[in-house]
Amino acid sequence: MKTDDLIAMLGTNVEPVNRKYVLRAIGTAIAVGTLVAAAAILLAFGFRADLTTTRAFIFLFSKLAFTIVTVVLTAIMLTRLARPGGERKISIVWVALPFAAIMLLAAVNLAFAPSAHWERMIVGDQWLECLLSIPIIAIVPFALIIWAVRRMAPTDLRRTGALVGLIAGSVSATAYALHCADDSLPFVALWYGGTILLCTLAGTILGPRLLRW
Amino acid sequence: MLAPEAELKNLMLAGLDGDAAAHRSLLKYLSDYLRAYYRRQLGRVGRSATDAEDLVQEVLLAIHTRRHTYDPVEPLTPWVHAIARYKLIDHLRRTRTSLRDVPIDEAPDLIAQEDQDSTESTHDLGKLLGQLPEKTRRAIECVKLEGLSVAETASRCGLSESNVKVSVHRGLRALAAAIARERER
Repeated sequence: MKTDDLIAMLGTNVEPVNRKYVLRAIGTAIAVGTLVAAAAILLAFGFRADLTTTRAFIFLFSKLAFTIVTVVLTAIMLTRLARPGGERKISIVWVALPFAAIMLLAAVNLAFAPSAHWERMIVGDQWLECLLSIPIIAIVPFALIIWAVRRMAPTDLRRTGALVGLIAGSVSATAYALHCADDSLPFVALWYGGTILLCTLAGTILGPRLLRW
Repeated sequence: MLAPEAELKNLMLAGLDGDAAAHRSLLKYLSDYLRAYYRRQLGRVGRSATDAEDLVQEVLLAIHTRRHTYDPVEPLTPWVHAIARYKLIDHLRRTRTSLRDVPIDEAPDLIAQEDQDSTESTHDLGKLLGQLPEKTRRAIECVKLEGLSVAETASRCGLSESNVKVSVHRGLRALAAAIARERER
């Protein structure tokens, strides 16, 4: 095939392109992923039943604030990484910020608590449920976001995969927070942070395979 | 080699709005730039100009089918270069080329022997189109090769206009994927 023939072919009947495509497709994938994850959590476990005290409200709000801020910051990063050369326009600082904040708060919380309470604050009641639910529920949002990014053109597949994993984990953690009754900051830092990290690792490994173009 | 950034960016923006002539000039400019780039880079590892032309065409298809990933507030040149570099690295990795295959000294000779007019790749468009599903292939042939309008194609093939548009879009993506797969063999 001659290159000029290819150019003639591509340059015939050129369709206009939606300039908001990347933002819209990533936004839609994350929104639908969040709805699916929330539906899965509510169907499997139900909304937390003990939402009667102010303390429970504050913790529900804090968990959602942590996970949603993470989703928003990383989604902005993904709209850059999904484009060619985007790896030069992102900063790890924004991604690390919510995690640094929650770990700092957890550390302060532990420092002011008697050491006899530490184990209960860190391990909680449902650590195993949290450890299993967040990565499993993250599969659907992960697939949706990967599917959207496959239509784009990331040039750093490992980092893009990692970021998709991180977003999927955070979306799943947002949904899990609706059910989770373990109200302590060290618990959130360790089990939410840890499971999101697991999802990030999975994304790092799968990224180059799933996103190649 | 590469026309000024501002000029190329204007062509790109016009192309994004559906200006076919601007899009063609852009691809023409970029094909010259990419050809020089790949001959230089592949010359270093002792690859032929046919390889370079294969890559040029693969990148032109990628630029076309993924032009929605260009952010109009950013300059165009880095976007093009990131795609070109990604495809080069992918190519070298897939074909397991080692930089030791050919001494660097030989590179200028390889380039000097190139026929500057040979801009034909090893891809066979007919064969590639043959791999596509019937409907997609017909849509590409009518809209992209014969230059029929979407409306004409729709009535000829008995499809809706949006169906034709989707088929063309999907077909070009499949073509790009088929070319990328061919490279691995």
